[in-house]
This record gives sequence, structure tokens and C-alpha cells, in this order.
Amino acid sequence: MSETESSTSEVGELSRRPGRERGRDDGKFGRYGGQYVPEALMPAIEELTDAYERYVLNNEDGFMDEFRERLAEFGGRPTPLQRADRLSERYDTEVYLKREDLLHGGAHKLNNALGQVLLAKYMGKERIIAETGAGQHGTATAMAAAHLDMPCTIYMGERDINRQRPNVFRMKLNGSEVKPVTTGRGTLKEAISETMRDWAETVEDTHYVIGSIVGPHPFPVMVRDFQAVISEEAREQAIEKTGGLPTDVVACAGGGSNTMGAFADFVDDESVALRAVEAGGSTLEVDEEAGVAPNSASLYAGEEGVLHGARTKLLQDSDGQIMESHSVSSGLDYAGVGPELAYLVDEGRVEPVAVDDDAALEGFHRLSSTEGIIPALETAHAFGFLEEHHEELGERVVVNVSGRGDKDLDAAIEETDQRDLPNAPDMSMFTEGI
Amino acid sequence: MAETGNSEAIAAAFADGPAYVPYLVVGDPDYESSKAHVEALDRGGADVIELGLPFSEPIAEGSTIQEALVRALDAGMTPERFFAFAEEVEVDAALVCMTYYNLIYQYGSETGPRPFVERAAAAGIQGLVVPDLPAEEADPLREACDEFGLDLVFIVAPTTRGDRLDRMMENVSGYVYVQARLGTTGARDDVSDQTTESLDRLREYDVPKAVGFGISSGEHAERIVAGGADGIIVGSALVDVVADGVENDLPTAAVADRLEALSRELKAGAERGYRSRTETVESA
Ligand SMILES: Cc1ncc(COP(=O)(O)O)c(C=O)c1O
Repeated sequence: MSETESSTSEVGELSRRPGRERGRDDGKFGRYGGQYVPEALMPAIEELTDAYERYVLNNEDGFMDEFRERLAEFGGRPTPLQRADRLSERYDTEVYLKREDLLHGGAHKLNNALGQVLLAKYMGKERIIAETGAGQHGTATAMAAAHLDMPCTIYMGERDINRQRPNVFRMKLNGSEVKPVTTGRGTLKEAISETMRDWAETVEDTHYVIGSIVGPHPFPVMVRDFQAVISEEAREQAIEKTGGLPTDVVACAGGGSNTMGAFADFVDDESVALRAVEAGGSTLEVDEEAGVAPNSASLYAGEEGVLHGARTKLLQDSDGQIMESHSVSSGLDYAGVGPELAYLVDEGRVEPVAVDDDAALEGFHRLSSTEGIIPALETAHAFGFLEEHHEELGERVVVNVSGRGDKDLDAAIEETDQRDLPNAPDMSMFTEGI
Repeated sequence: MAETGNSEAIAAAFADGPAYVPYLVVGDPDYESSKAHVEALDRGGADVIELGLPFSEPIAEGSTIQEALVRALDAGMTPERFFAFAEEVEVDAALVCMTYYNLIYQYGSETGPRPFVERAAAAGIQGLVVPDLPAEEADPLREACDEFGLDLVFIVAPTTRGDRLDRMMENVSGYVYVQARLGTTGARDDVSDQTTESLDRLREYDVPKAVGFGISSGEHAERIVAGGADGIIVGSALVDVVADGVENDLPTAAVADRLEALSRELKAGAERGYRSRTETVESA
């Protein structure tokens, strides 16, 4: 890279923060990470690695400046770090909410989708493909693709399509094609496999926008870098508002993108406890025989293995077959997790905790009724954690509100109706009619 | 490279004339039928047989093989039963196991590829093809294969060039799997120009080149071998025969007969292609 091509603007420098060096060289996080993909994809991955280094790390052609500007103008960044008064009172600690639900599209997913679609444009690609679980990543990608005028196809499991109809409609409104995936149980892992197949045929002109810090290098580092804007802002906002660092940062983990986004710039602040909240589903027990894990807690309950391009922690049986995972929230319903998180858990830097479906739903109702914020069911797991573990927390807690719950209202009606939740409204008028 | 291959049986399969390398999923639709199917491939002239060990997330596979893998998994196929199958099946052809890295990595009490390779060798497997393991990540498996005398076959894609190709060719043994076109597995009706280009690029490497992805007829096989391939790999077209048997509830023997007949056609096509090549050389 030549002096003239790169920019030394403040924005360009931000991607050089120390907490973000991990994995950049070779895509390895200790024993995790790597590039386990079919040979047909390797040239595309090399091309992407090169583009990541030039545009993201070295701000060539002012890529990062344009990205930050679009995040501000199209995306609505910075998002606030808001004090949650009633939760603070309830838990007798200062609770601050990082409001990614206020980002355009209603979830943190836009940070990454916008970054990758813009990068694809800089690389001269002509078509975007993506997979989605909750539909949030698909929606964010569809929005970014429309914004940047790129044709886009989104793969989504059939079961998830039924769970997330509003997001399916949003993707179509934004001009994307939504392709249902019927293999397996029709959730995120099948959609990822299907998108990789499409990519293997179309690599020459197509970019695959992976939705989390998973997949082969450089995706885990690149997605982390795009999402790290969350912790970058949260750290500055915390210091400004409270005069110091938080004691704890809490975020829900599916693949782990909002988790790593919220943690990235705090990893080197050793006083800050980092807590990744996974979907405990209905139970942490697994049914080896049926190949089913009734949870999606791969950090907590998974074992090392290789899936979708990376070595990481996975829900798998003793033969190495990947298990069907489960969560009330489709965005957490994935049998793997980002390799960087797996590494940080082994190192003892990140603490994994599992919160079950019931507690997540309680968290959903609690944030809605006490703070006037309806969270995504994914995010609600973080609030389930607060309720169950608030005694372990320090005096100043940041919770990443990864997304808003509008997409989940149908699911919330149905799931709430099936349970006896102490803090839910009377559901009869919704389930029985008036 | 050809002369440094670990398995004599695989080297012999490519030694004189074109090799016919069929693929089937072990356990599709059930253990016993699939044994009859594989034995039929052998009667039909197979030189090497690629046995698919099913993985739940086969990202390099198209729908035909993916569905076959699901049928086999549903019928209870496991790595342990796969090895029993390799031991029991009665064939002359050399056996190669095709599977994904996680199954290899997880097998046995210690993590890492060594226990799997040791067990595979004991079961009479002569080589491995692992579609999600590029040369960059393959050192531990390569070492285990060398230790137990297995060949490690790499897939060369139409997009593989330069340093990556060199690195792969340093690591490959037995044969290279030349992917005929971009994408996933699945039978096609045409022979792509990408095949010819790939074979040209590989010409200087002294290792047998077997072309796969999309071959479905004797005529295909003929054109590919005439174009310079040392062997043909046929998967989806054979798996389609099994799938058709499942759909129409055909008896195992009938499916086996069809597999044998298609095998003869493919093998004969390959041989015609090979003859046309030697004739051209002689007349030149
Ligand atoms: C609102 C929200 N939060 C969290 C997640 C989980 O993904 P990740 O762990 O990658 O942030 C999703 C995924 O779709 C989501 O939509």
C-alpha cells in the first residue's frame, strides 16, 4: 500500500486498536479459527483477505471513512448508552443499555452488513448473497444492498421463515430474493450450508455476507472489526457519562457478533468482566440418540470441532455429527459460535452463561414493562441473565441491547401463552380473540 | 506425486489405462443394500471406489448427494459402521473414504486425525478425500496418512492457480481430483471448458488426474478421457440410480444391476476415450 492510497484519518486509525489485533495475521485464535472450506472457495477467500487488509485495515481509497459516514447517516450511529433507571433500582447496580436496537433496521446486524456490502462494492463484485436465522441479518443485508444498489439473494430456513414473517417481508420490500431452505430442520445451519453452495458456483462475481463472527478467515476478524464500533462507542460513552469503565459488559451470543462487538475494545481492560449469554433452550441436557441439543449453548456445552469453515466449539455428538440446536429465539439457534469467543472462553477472559427459554421470555417482558423497550428475543437472554445473576455483578453494568423485538411479537404471543410467566400481561385476548 | 503415493493399490489402478472411480454413499438407503450396490460397481469395472461417509453438513455437495447422505444418516450410518462396511464388502477395487474433516478429527479418544486414519488403514481403506480440508490445514492429516500408508487426495478447482496449486501438488498423493466445473456435486449434461483448462494447467505435474463433478454417461467419460484425464470420478449419476430405486421401491438386486450396467457404460466410454488419445498420438 502506498502513502497516497491510505488515509491516516482518525477513522482509519480506529481499526488499529490493540484489542482488535487478535486473529488478524493468520485467522487463528489459539487452536480455533482457520479456513476449512472447499477448494473452489479458496481463491475467493484469498481475494477477500486481501481486500480486508487493504480497505479495512489500511483504509485504502478511504473505505473506512466512507463506511463510518454511511453508518452515521444511513445507520443512525452513534447509538446511545442509556441509563436504565428502574432496572438499576431493581438490581441495586447501575445498569446502562447500549441501544443497538435504535440502529437502522433495529439490530446491530447493520454494522456488519453495511461494511461487507460496501467492501463487495470496492472489490468490484456484482451480486450479494447471505443467510439469515432471525431474519435480522438478512434484513440488514437487504437494506444495505438496496442502499448501495446491489442485487441480493437471501437464504433462510423454512422453519425460520415461519417464525419471522415480518422480516421476510422487509427483505422482499428492499428488493431481495428470499430462498427457503428445506433441508434438515430448516434453521440457520442449513441456510449457511446452502449459501456456501451457492457461493461455490458463483464466487467469481458474488460476495457472501456472513452474518456473524463465524466461518473461515477473514470473516471472524472482519465481522468483529465492523461490529467493534459498539464497544468503541460504549467505552467512550461510559467514561464520559460515569467517569470510568463499566464493571461488567453483558451480551447475548448466537454466532457471537454482537457479543464480540460489545467486548472488542474492553478485552484489554482486565477489570471489566465480559459475559456471553447463550440460549439454554429448554434444558442443557442433550439427546445424543436423536442428535438434538434442546439448547444453543455451544460455548457452555459444546466441544471443539470443525464447522462452516472454522475450528470452534460446537454442539455435536460423539461421532462429530452436528446436532440440531434449539432456542426460542431463531437468531441464537445455531450449533456453533465464533472461534474468537471460543478462544476467549478457554483463556478465562469471557465467561459463558446459559439462560433458558423461560428466563429469556421473562427478560423480554421485564425490559418491555419496566423500561419501555421491547427487545429481540435474542437480546432478552441478556436480561434473563441480569435477573438470575445480578448478585454476581459489579456496580456498573453495560448490557448490549442487540436488537428490538418487533419481529418477535408473534413468537412472543405464542411462547408466552404456553408458559406461566410471573410478569407477562394477560394473553387471552391475543390467543383467544376478543 | 505419483511415484511417492502411499498406496500401491491406487497406483496400480491408474497404471495402465484410464481409471474408473465411482462414488456411493455408504448406508444409502441402508447398510445391506449399499453393500450390494458397491459390489455391483466393482463388477462393472471400478478401479477405485470412493465410499462416502455421511456428515450432517456436507457443504461441498449438491442436492443429489446431500439427500443420499441424509438417507444414510437416518438409517443409522456412523463412522464405526462405515469401517465395518469397508471390512465386509467384497471388492477388488481400491477403497477411498470421502468425508468431512470434523468426523476425522473427532474419531477416537484423542482429538486429531490420527485415530481415524489408523482405524481406516486397519479396515482396508487406501486413501482419503476431504472436501473441506484445503492444503493449508492438512498437515496433521497428511502426517497420519503417511504414517499408515494412505493416500491423501486433494481436489483442484477450476479457480485453483499459482502458489495454491503448487502447494497442493506437493501434498497430494495417489491422484488429484480435478473438479470439472465450479459449484457443488451434481450430474450434468455437458463437459465444461473449465475441465480442459484445468487439465492443461496440471499437465506438468506428475500425478494421475481424475476428473469428477457432473459426469453422467459413457459419452461424457469418453470426451473427458480423450481430453487428457487419467481417470473419471462419477458420483451423482450413480447416486441418482440409488435414489430412483428408493423412490420407486425397487428391489436391491434391480438397483445393483442398473449400477453395474451404468458402470460398464462409463468404463467403456473411458476406454474409448483413452484409445482415441493413443491413436491420435501414434498418428501424429
Ligand atoms: C437482535 C439479535 N441479537 C443477537 C443475535 C445473535 O447473533 P450474534 O451472536 O451474531 O450477535 C441476532 C441474530 O440474528 C439478532 O438478530
